[in-house]
Amino acid sequence: MKPILEIKNISKKFRIQHEQHPYLSLRDSISGFLSSPWGDKEGDEDFWALKDVSFDVYPGESIGIIGKNGAGKSTLLKILSKITPPTSGKIISRGRIASLLEVGTGFHPELTGRENIFLNGSILGMKRKEIQNKFDEIVDFSGVEKFLDTPLKHYSSGMQLRLAFAVAAFLEPEILLIDEVLAVGDAEFQNKCMGKMNEVAKSGRTIIFVSHNMSAVETLCSKAVFLNKGNVNNIGTTSQIIDKYRELLDHTSQKNSGTIEWDSQKNKSIIKRIEILCDDKISPITYMGCKLEIRVYFDSPSPINFPVLGLVFKDHTNTPLIGINNRHYANNLTNKAVTKSYISMTIPHLTFFEGIYHIDIYLGDGIKDFETHRECFQIIVEPLKQNTFRDIPDKRINKFFIPNITWKVSE
Amino acid sequence: MEYEIKPVSKLSLGLKELWEFRELFYFFTWRDIKVKYKQTVLGVLWAILQPFMMMIVFTLFFGQALGVPTDNNIPYPVFVYSGLLLWNIFSSGLSNASGSMVSNAGIIKKIYFPRLIIPMSSILVALFDFLMAFIIYIGILIYYKQPVSFNIIIYLPAGILITVLSTFGLGTGLAALNIKYRDFRYVIPFLIQILLFLTPVIYPVSIIKYKWAQIILSLNPIAGAIDLLRSSVTQAPLDLQLVITSAVSSILLFFAGLFYFRKTEYYFADLA
Repeated sequence: MKPILEIKNISKKFRIQHEQHPYLSLRDSISGFLSSPWGDKEGDEDFWALKDVSFDVYPGESIGIIGKNGAGKSTLLKILSKITPPTSGKIISRGRIASLLEVGTGFHPELTGRENIFLNGSILGMKRKEIQNKFDEIVDFSGVEKFLDTPLKHYSSGMQLRLAFAVAAFLEPEILLIDEVLAVGDAEFQNKCMGKMNEVAKSGRTIIFVSHNMSAVETLCSKAVFLNKGNVNNIGTTSQIIDKYRELLDHTSQKNSGTIEWDSQKNKSIIKRIEILCDDKISPITYMGCKLEIRVYFDSPSPINFPVLGLVFKDHTNTPLIGINNRHYANNLTNKAVTKSYISMTIPHLTFFEGIYHIDIYLGDGIKDFETHRECFQIIVEPLKQNTFRDIPDKRINKFFIPNITWKVSE
Repeated sequence: MEYEIKPVSKLSLGLKELWEFRELFYFFTWRDIKVKYKQTVLGVLWAILQPFMMMIVFTLFFGQALGVPTDNNIPYPVFVYSGLLLWNIFSSGLSNASGSMVSNAGIIKKIYFPRLIIPMSSILVALFDFLMAFIIYIGILIYYKQPVSFNIIIYLPAGILITVLSTFGLGTGLAALNIKYRDFRYVIPFLIQILLFLTPVIYPVSIIKYKWAQIILSLNPIAGAIDLLRSSVTQAPLDLQLVITSAVSSILLFFAGLFYFRKTEYYFADLA
C-alpha cells in the first residue's frame, strides 16, 4: 500500500529579527539595505523551525504529533496545509487535505449563525451543496438552532465555539489536520468533540493530530511522532512515544537541578538564576498540594527601589491560569533599595493538578518591567499520593485542587 | 489525486486552482457586501447615495461656482457623474483591495486557498456598488434628456475593463506590499486623493493646455476609461491616443501587480 502522505526531508527556516518589530516597515528595509546591501542584516539570525523531517502516513492511520513548545509541530501542520512553503524538502500527498488549525476561521461577528456556517464551511473547503446537505446536522450538533438568525456577536463564546466545531466536524477530507482545537471549551463539550473525532478516526479517515494533551493523543492516535527542536526524535506507537516524551522532559538539565542559570553575558539580563523549591528542597518536580517556592536571583547595575516579581503560570496549552506579583499582597513589598539579592515567592499549598506548567517571569520596580521572560521555565506537578486523599477530584470539572478543605456533619 | 508540496519555484497564474475555489469568490464578496451594509438604516442605498451626493457637491462647487466647462456643453451633473462612476470603481476597489490581505490576515494564517481571491473579491464589491450607482446614472440621463450614442455598448465595457485591470494591478500589488510594509496603509488614502486631481473626473481633458500635463494624464489609465464612457454621452470625438495609452498602461499595471503578488504570496502567512 502506498502512503497517503510522504513527508521527505522537510526543513523550514525563519529569520528572527532581534529588534522586535511587530512587522517590517519600509524604513527598516531601506536602512537595512543601505547598511548592508549584500544580505545579512546585523542582528538577524536564522532559525530552523524544522530540520530534515521525514515520515510516511498510510491511509486510515491517525498520527499524533507531540513535542514541547517550539518543537516545530505547528510549523509542520502549516506546511502540510500549504499555508507556508517549506524551505527545502517535499511532501507527496495522495488525498484531499483539510486543516483545522483553529475552529471558526473566518467567522464574522456581524453575520448571523446561518451565514457564518456557509462562510466558514466554504473557507474550510466545503462546496455549497455539501454545506446545504449537512446544514441540519451541523445545526443539530451545535445546538444553537434558536439563534441561527442572530448575529454572531450576540453569541456567548461557548456558543460560538460549539457552532465553529460543528461546522468543522462535518468536513470530509481524506486527510484531516488538527491542531490543538480540542483544548477549548468546557469538559462536556470537550468530551463531545473527542467522541466526534474518534468517530472520524474510526471511519477510516487519515488524521494528523497535534496536541499537548497526552490523554487526547492516546485515545485518538495509534501512532505518534515525537518532534524535538525541529527534528524527528522518534516514531512509534503512541504509548511508546509518550513514554519517550516524558523521559525527555525528565532529562532536561532543569529537572535534575531545579535551577535555571541565566547566561547573563549573552542575554544582558539582570536575572541571574531561578530556583524551584518543593518542600524546601531544590527540584522542579512538585506534587499536588506541596509547598512551592520560586526564587529569582538578580544583580542590577543600579539599586531597585521596590523590586516587584510577577509570575504567570500557564498550563500545557499555554492558557494562563494565574498571574500574580508581590504588589497584589499586602506587606509583601520590600521597601528598601536592593542591587543584588533574590526575591522569593512561596505558595504554601500548590493548587494545580498534575501536569506540566510553564511560567513567565516579570521583574520590575513597580513602575516598569525591566525584564520579561515568557515560558522561561516549567514545573512538573506530580499526582497526589493516594494515602492523603481517598480520591482525586475529577480533573474534568475541577480547575484547581484545594487540599485543605474541612468537611463536617453537624449533629 | 496526487500532488506535491515543495519550496516555491515556478510562477504561474494558477487559473486552474482559482477555478476550483470559485465558490470562495462568491462567499468573500457576499460577506463583504453584507458586512458593509449591516447595521445601517439605509443599507445598500448608500452605494447610490455616495456618488449622488458627490455629484451634487461637485456640481455646486465646480459646475456652478467655478464654472468648469464640459465637452459639448452637456449638463455638468451628467458630465461629472459619468466620471464618478468609473472613478469610484477605481478608488473604492483600490482601497478595499490594498487593505484586504491585512484585514484577512487571521484567515490567511490559518487556512490555505489561492490568496488572489481576497483582493479580487474586494474589487467585485466595488463592481457591485458600481451596478447600484449605474441605475441612478440611467435616471440622470433620462432626467436631463441626454442623448447617448450606440457605441456605449462597446465603450462602456471597454472603459470598465480598463478600470478593473488597473484597479486589480495596483490593488493586488499594494495588497502584497502592505502585508510586508505597513507604510502603505498610510500611502493609499493619500495616493487616491492625489489621483482624483490627476484624473479628469471634475474637469474635461480638453481644458488642459500644457503638453506635459496631457502626458501625465494619459499615463493614468482611468483618464482613458472615463474618456471612453464620456464620449458616448457627450458625442465628443474619442481621444484615441489617450485611450490607447490608458489601455496599455492598464495591462502593464495588471501584470506588474499580479506578478508581484504571485511572487510574494507564499510568504504572506509568515509576514502577516
